[in-house]
Amino acid sequence: MKKLLTYLKPYRRESVLGPLFKLLEASFELIVPLVVAAIIDTGIRGGAGTGYVIRMALILVLLGFVGLVCSVTAQFFAAKAAVGFTTRLRSALFSHIQTLSYQTIDSVGTSTLITRITSDLNQVQSGLNLTLRLLLRSPFVVFGAMIMAFTVDAQSALWFVAAIPVLSVVGCGVMLISIPLYRRVQSHLDALLGRSRENMTGVRVLRAFGKEEEEVKGFAEQNDRLTAMQKKVGRFSALMNPVTYVIINLAIIALIHTGALRVEAGIITQGAVVALYNYMSQILVELIKMANLIISITKAVACANRISAVLELPSEPAPADQPSSSASKDCRVSFVNASLRYEGAGAESVEGITLDARPGETIGVIGGTGSGKTTLVNLIPRFYEATGGSVLVNGKDVRSWDTSSLRQKIGLVPQKAVLFSGTVKDNLLWGNSEAAEADIALALETAQASEIVEKKGGLSAMVEAGGRNLSGGQRQRLTIARALVRKPEILILDDSSSALDFATDAALRRALRSLPWHPTVFIVSQRTSSIMHADRIIVLEDGKAAGIGTHAQLLESCAVYREIYNSQFRKEDARA
Amino acid sequence: MKKITLAPGTVKKVLQVLRPYKITALLSILLSAVYVALSLYVPVLIGRAIDLILGPGNVDLKAIVQLLVTVGIVVASGAVTQWLINTINNRIVYHVIRDVRNEAFAHLQVLPLSYLDAHPAGDIVSRMIADVDQFADGLLLGFTQLFTGVVTILGTLVFMLSIRASIAAIVVLLTPLSFVVARFIATRTHDMFVLQSKTRGEQTAFIDEMLGNQKVVRAFGHEKENQERFDEINGRLQKASLQAIFFSSLTNPCTRFVNNVVYAAVALAGGLICLATAGAAVPFTVGALSALLSYANQYTKPFNEISGVITELQNALVCAGRVFELLAVPARVPDKEDAVVLQNVEGCVEAHDVSFSYTPGQKLIEHMNLSAEHGQHIAIVGPTGCGKTTLINLLMRFYDVNAGAVTVDGHDIRLCTRKSLRGSYGMVLQDTWLRRGTIRENITMGKPDATEQQIIEAAKAAHAHSFIQRLPNGYDTVIGEDGGLLSQGQKQLLCIARVMLCLPPMLILDEATSSIDTRTEIKIQNAFTSMMQGRTTFIVAHRLSTIREADLILVMKDGRIVEQGNHEQLLNANGFYATLYNSQFAS
Repeated sequence: MKKLLTYLKPYRRESVLGPLFKLLEASFELIVPLVVAAIIDTGIRGGAGTGYVIRMALILVLLGFVGLVCSVTAQFFAAKAAVGFTTRLRSALFSHIQTLSYQTIDSVGTSTLITRITSDLNQVQSGLNLTLRLLLRSPFVVFGAMIMAFTVDAQSALWFVAAIPVLSVVGCGVMLISIPLYRRVQSHLDALLGRSRENMTGVRVLRAFGKEEEEVKGFAEQNDRLTAMQKKVGRFSALMNPVTYVIINLAIIALIHTGALRVEAGIITQGAVVALYNYMSQILVELIKMANLIISITKAVACANRISAVLELPSEPAPADQPSSSASKDCRVSFVNASLRYEGAGAESVEGITLDARPGETIGVIGGTGSGKTTLVNLIPRFYEATGGSVLVNGKDVRSWDTSSLRQKIGLVPQKAVLFSGTVKDNLLWGNSEAAEADIALALETAQASEIVEKKGGLSAMVEAGGRNLSGGQRQRLTIARALVRKPEILILDDSSSALDFATDAALRRALRSLPWHPTVFIVSQRTSSIMHADRIIVLEDGKAAGIGTHAQLLESCAVYREIYNSQFRKEDARA
Repeated sequence: MKKITLAPGTVKKVLQVLRPYKITALLSILLSAVYVALSLYVPVLIGRAIDLILGPGNVDLKAIVQLLVTVGIVVASGAVTQWLINTINNRIVYHVIRDVRNEAFAHLQVLPLSYLDAHPAGDIVSRMIADVDQFADGLLLGFTQLFTGVVTILGTLVFMLSIRASIAAIVVLLTPLSFVVARFIATRTHDMFVLQSKTRGEQTAFIDEMLGNQKVVRAFGHEKENQERFDEINGRLQKASLQAIFFSSLTNPCTRFVNNVVYAAVALAGGLICLATAGAAVPFTVGALSALLSYANQYTKPFNEISGVITELQNALVCAGRVFELLAVPARVPDKEDAVVLQNVEGCVEAHDVSFSYTPGQKLIEHMNLSAEHGQHIAIVGPTGCGKTTLINLLMRFYDVNAGAVTVDGHDIRLCTRKSLRGSYGMVLQDTWLRRGTIRENITMGKPDATEQQIIEAAKAAHAHSFIQRLPNGYDTVIGEDGGLLSQGQKQLLCIARVMLCLPPMLILDEATSSIDTRTEIKIQNAFTSMMQGRTTFIVAHRLSTIREADLILVMKDGRIVEQGNHEQLLNANGFYATLYNSQFAS
């Protein structure tokens, strides 16, 4: 929470001026009862006459007008500070999310991050805006009224001194108790939302199992829990206004009584009693406003905490020098006994992998579902950091590399073929914003994607968000081209030819081999045919290397590889 | 003001959901009237007391104390009434939205899948949660402020008129000015709000795209470009927001200024009348003036609040309308009263001259005939979008046929209870869905009373036991929304275990192993084979190896079954299947 305030710093002036002008406005409001008292005492009782009353009424209008000007100024500064703060915070949040480690993104989840940077932040904006406008105003009016009461009559004003602490205790008490209760209401609501969403996404399964009635019952129970919680908070916060009302009116009763005695003694006038009464009434109005404000602020604070929590998530670790290893410098990529255990996982996802890859070599990675193939290649760009052993690129530990220059060397084609809204060219330039036409053409040709671009109407054809207007195979080839545009030293194809037919897949592999800059290529696949021509194949099982070698060697020596191969080829041979 | 169009009948429906609470609602209204009367009475009493404090030696202390005791009683009763009102209102509102949510959720369970398939889950959920919440806020505000506001205005008016009609007239004539001001500002700022929400939408779309694919962004080191683009939109949003927020926030100070003018006018008129009637038989007293001033404040305040409440209420009604729209979607045809409860199903499934399409006029399945006998394995093959999933939708009666009939053991499935029909099928879909809960809860979904032994056996048969054991809490590991950290393949194994546990007489396997690697698939295949033994099974698969052993292959194209037969027959026929088979094999 406190950390968030640093984003308010450039708006220090506005955040001081805003409440200040609000206070000015309140001060003018505080003068009003004095003017009314003057009308009564001097104008009516004192016999100053009609002219005086008119003058005083004009002063009331003038006070109102000056109050208006102050208030508008205050609104302006408050809005400027709140919007400016939110803008900066949003930018910082976006920037921070872009540095979160993969592991953090995995465990936090994208959808929460999106909610926090959008709706949570909007709540904070309106909360801050309200706070700047009103939070200081109400206590100021309360204390101001007390001080003004002292100027009218010190002894009567003691009732203010008695009432205010009681009011503060009641206000703070209700707030302190209801904030955690509100938070619990929110979490009950979240649970209800989760339940509804789940029911929607799983509708076929739930209906197939005939679970409708049970679902309705479960939902109703959860709903009842929410309602009970809401009523509990409601009963409690319903106390606030009546209690305040009673306290203030008790003070008014005492005030009138004291006032009567003082007037009787000739110490103060009737107008003064009216003024004191008016001040007490002003306090009541302010406190009711304050109660509503507190609810908004409570919500905003809860949201601010959620945002803070994101900002406190650890960024990707900064590069740190690691002892250089004995691995030979001519290796593009070396895994040295590398292991990775995800946070909170029961076992290593990748364990004790040792492997060298030289420039121009193609490495096949194969293995079953969840055997650690993707995890293994994700260690190279340091998306995840090895928890044991090390991974070297050009002989240097990836942890010592500057992250961006490391990734600059790597072209990654992810499993899920994602393109972004924009033109085809925009998408390709993601790989290298300064790529020449010739580079783009070569990349497209290698990725077997030239004809797609032609068919879609050239490089300036539009791609919709997520690449919805392209087929799976088309997207896949374009994502390969995107990776090639940067002429990467290391190319990683993570199961990224699954949507390609065998002929295209083969043509792609041939084209990759003839690339003039001889990248080291990692091909991750479940299909033996995609990797059987690789220089070396690593077979993973449960995160461990079950075998490393060429296709022929592995067929000979690796039982797991043989099984995978047979499951895909033998039967089809038999069938033919 | 923003133009808001309301679905007709929304207000009627709101009253309808309020109906069970009409007695409490009436009570609340009654209490509000009492409360307003009590709270308005206080200034009168105080005014009287002040009139008894004229000057030294001219103070009737005894009468004052009496008046003050009355004030105390009135205030105490007022506070109790107010607390009761608050509690009752909370109760009504929270119960109403609970009812609406329960009704909506129960309605979802009987909505036809055609509706659910056509509407994004996010939208439906937001209607049930966010919109209902907005509705509750509006309703609560309406109850607490709108009603007391109106009563206060009327009550104040009556009290003011009883004190001095001429001054009351001033207040009544001037106050609507604040409405005019508020409306003027609202129309001027409308465009600013539109620009703000448009820019905000643009930014959200950008955030969604870039955070949703953060890993790609990172892999290509595109963070800087993203940040620049984000900051550009952010800058525009800042400008738009500042304008919208600032100009709309002028409403409050401006209406308050109008109120201050009204206040001054009352003070002026009151003061002048005091002076004018000083010697008269019925003088206008200072106490009366102070009461009037206090009323002037009370009278204008609800006006400000009401203009805010009305906007809020309109918004609430729009939100309520969205929920009611959902409730108004016609439910599926209910089970017939004398519907057959399928028991001990043999598994003879037939389709007689079935026609079906999702959108009227767009032909899909036409005159389809099909006959599967007890224990037969029927494979459904064909290119993407050929209607394989549609066939499953019809078998499970997720959708009803337009013409013809599907029968199970000779019963038209439309004459059977849905529960018994669906309970006769075990289904594994390509789209792996798991619920939030423990692994155990997920596996026992179809058979909640399964023993530990049975659960473990099912998991072992599905080759899920070993990975489950490696999870932090084994079978009691809680998996998050939609399977959380499990891989696609692991989720599919759990879906298979789920069906292995209850083993109904018929099976539907829609790409049941699409996310599982070939080696594990072969291992599971044995379990599948024994599971399919003696069970009528429909299999959708891309892998031809799975299809070859089927008793009957349905070759689908453009929604029609173009060929039927077993593998050899179809190959020999040298038709579409042969082409399909050869192209897949050749690739």
